[in-house]
Amino acid sequence: MNRNPLRYAAPTAAALVLALSLSACGASNESDSSDGASTGAAKVTGTLNAGGSTAQQAAVAAWTKAFQTTNSGVTVNYDPVGSGGGREQFIAGGLQVAGSDAALTDDELAKAKTKCKSDVVEVPTYVSPIAVIFNVKGVDKLNLSPKTLGGIFQGTITTWNDAAIKADNPDATLPATKITAVHRSDDSGTTQNFTDYLDQTSEGAWTGKAVQTWPVKGGEGAEGTSGVVAAVKGGDGTIGYADESQAGDLGKASIKVGSDFTAPTAAAASKVLDASEQVSGRAATDIAITVNRKVTDSAVYPIVLVSYQIACQKYDDKAQAALVKAWLTYVTSADGQQVAASSAGSAPLSSAFVTKAQTAVATIAGA
Amino acid sequence: MSTTQATRKAPPVRPGDRVFAGLSTGAGILILVILAGVGIFLTAKGIPGILAKPDEVKSGQHFLPWVWPLVYGTLIAATIALLIAVPVAIGVALFISHYAPRRLGQIFGYLIDLLAAVPSVVYGLWGIQFLAPHMVPFYAWLNKHLSFIPFFGEPSATGRTILTACIVLAVMILPIMTAICREIFLQTPRLHEEAALALGATKWEMARLAIFPYARSGIVSAAMLGLGRALGETLAVAMVLSVTAGEVTANLIGSSNPSTIAANIALNFKESTGLSVNALIASGLVLFIITFLVNFAARALVERRSEFSGAN
Repeated sequence: MNRNPLRYAAPTAAALVLALSLSACGASNESDSSDGASTGAAKVTGTLNAGGSTAQQAAVAAWTKAFQTTNSGVTVNYDPVGSGGGREQFIAGGLQVAGSDAALTDDELAKAKTKCKSDVVEVPTYVSPIAVIFNVKGVDKLNLSPKTLGGIFQGTITTWNDAAIKADNPDATLPATKITAVHRSDDSGTTQNFTDYLDQTSEGAWTGKAVQTWPVKGGEGAEGTSGVVAAVKGGDGTIGYADESQAGDLGKASIKVGSDFTAPTAAAASKVLDASEQVSGRAATDIAITVNRKVTDSAVYPIVLVSYQIACQKYDDKAQAALVKAWLTYVTSADGQQVAASSAGSAPLSSAFVTKAQTAVATIAGA
Repeated sequence: MSTTQATRKAPPVRPGDRVFAGLSTGAGILILVILAGVGIFLTAKGIPGILAKPDEVKSGQHFLPWVWPLVYGTLIAATIALLIAVPVAIGVALFISHYAPRRLGQIFGYLIDLLAAVPSVVYGLWGIQFLAPHMVPFYAWLNKHLSFIPFFGEPSATGRTILTACIVLAVMILPIMTAICREIFLQTPRLHEEAALALGATKWEMARLAIFPYARSGIVSAAMLGLGRALGETLAVAMVLSVTAGEVTANLIGSSNPSTIAANIALNFKESTGLSVNALIASGLVLFIITFLVNFAARALVERRSEFSGAN
């Protein structure tokens, strides 16, 4: 009888391959968060699960690198799911620290307090100027008043030689090119902060309120900061808004503050916090800020994104508390702020705010 | 006696047969389970989103008025992509299988297959950084000379229009369609082709009389596979297309375009919470149903045509 060995071998091999590939799917890398036993007082170990704001991602990467150099036993997982997702997962208990471009709302704060069984520590960690970028042939310097800016993004000012733009730039030769205003097509904290600025300062030229999703019809949408930058670069007569550090060699408009025009710089952006007020009626550890968009001091650049990190004041696990405390202490320190400034182009917190944040963070403890 | 003889005559079942039959049956069932799982998930999670009141979701609209522009955008993008890609795919496949010298045809086939290996994010980058800016003068020309056709209204200054997205999609679905058409064309019975030539047909007439009728159902299948990919393509569209929420326009070259369902989910999922997520999942269910319907229609078309195709 002709018994070809292949007759057995082929199906067996097929079965093996299938089994192997299935088991490979099953063995995902489960992160080990149980080894939280801290050994020394200064050094912490364990796994910190954080996530949220995509704006903070580059800064968090830099912080993680530096933090792990001093604390070699630490793993920091930062999942850039977006600010809303970060706050939601923090409240659900999935994350120990959330990064968010907006402070917790009163409703969220109440839920977070219940989950933490304590107050919430909310500190600004990342302040970044939002630049108004433009690409117009023959124009390399542009001044814009808030009202003109609002009109451009609202769609009521449609050409570059409009009288309102001319009034802001008496010396420039402006072409008759059509204005293409580029906005974020995805939901974003950058849009939230930009529209908040327009809403407060444009004297009614902007009617879209302060929102995360671009509210006005017309204009051009692009995905993400890189998408906006690419779209502005690719067209003629385009204008958009993006993180100042991502703007590259595109022209950046100076914005009218008080009686003068201010360029978007990290130094001018970090001053805005000192000119702003904290949200009242919150715990001392909750440093939520209402950014003062209407400053009149022209050394201040008011279109900024303020991003927070949110943690519980009490953690059941002592080692966990020590880790979160060490992390936030580093992030809000002058050192940490400098690291973020040089790697992510953010504006470092002023020394007054560093002290404030450090005091809040110092209250974190194990239950 | 007789019973033992009967068993002896029955074909022997070897372990290999059993293992293989089990494996293939299991694989078949697995497909059904996965499909049912996805369907149940989409329905269960989507229904709250469909029923959500306008003030409970971020869009501030009821589900149908919200999802309609997305459906419109999805269908428009996929249809135009298909209109561009099908003739090109048939042409390329015919060139490879019947016109080109054998060696050249093979090289061509490899090159086309290579297109299929490019990830969609790369197509997106190509679309936004290269194709879109280079389409701007063409769109301006279209608007200048053909603006009486509603498709060519006010042109975009950046070229990130639905027509650009359609071209990117067409390039993305080209390889799979070409590959299938090529295989089908190569299988045309030699005798059919020779019979056509013997009757005095030119090469083009031979293709029309012998190859296309034989390959018709294959071409439809190829087009449906391409359409499926075009309907579901996410990243490239999200990157290339400049979208305005709720827009329904015939203008293919403007700045304000309707989004597609898949791209819209990708753009908005990150910052959505609560019922807004359910609404996004419900729009995924709508896409699921559209894809189903398209496939059913294609199947029906192939079935109806197969009697005349000479493929049987």
